[in-house]
Amino acid sequence: MVNDWIVALLLLSGGFFVFVAGLGILRLPDVLIRMHASTKAGTLGAGLIFAALAVHFADTVSISFSILTILFLLITAPVAAHAIGRAAYRMGVPLSDRTQIDEWEGRYRRTDKPKK
Amino acid sequence: MSGLSDHAAVLAWAIDITALLMLVAIALSFIRMVRGPSLPDRVVALDLITIITVGFVGLFAIASDVSAFLDVAIGLALVAFLATVAFAWYADRRAAQFGLEADLRDREGDR
Repeated sequence: MVNDWIVALLLLSGGFFVFVAGLGILRLPDVLIRMHASTKAGTLGAGLIFAALAVHFADTVSISFSILTILFLLITAPVAAHAIGRAAYRMGVPLSDRTQIDEWEGRYRRTDKPKK
Repeated sequence: MSGLSDHAAVLAWAIDITALLMLVAIALSFIRMVRGPSLPDRVVALDLITIITVGFVGLFAIASDVSAFLDVAIGLALVAFLATVAFAWYADRRAAQFGLEADLRDREGDR
């Protein structure tokens, strides 16, 4: 059955991207860098699993609900990530040592010690 | 997991491997949530845990052949978004008032 092979491929790719998101949120050095792994890879993994669900059930209701869920994740994940990133920067969470460009330097009152 | 209903062999293997990968991802995010040095670290890890849980609800809907679990997934995604934005708002307000030293002092007072 070709349908089961498509569903299996989508499921395995979604699981792989979710695993990459978990690995990135554990291994990357900084809050603002970890949000890349969390938001992008996590949303892509969940979206691929919902695409597999739409292929597997193939009802009108399931396909429309899957598209709705994927769109909801794609709309809300950047908003939440931006809110957390701005809050983290304003709390003065220390950035990584390899940070080269800080476009908000001097615009917000950071409360930690200034970098050398 | 895949003993819930009768699938093809390929789909059963894919469901099992995907469930294992998601389990490992949730475990890694939980390690970051325990160990994260500041409050936004923990909020980001909790957000990722909830997104992975939304994906796992979809996987469970495939594994059990019940499409009604999609409502659970949409509700959980909505709750995750609202919780993350609320956490960020309160962290932002506390940063505007006290700064990072308040966060560090709170965690030293917890110990």
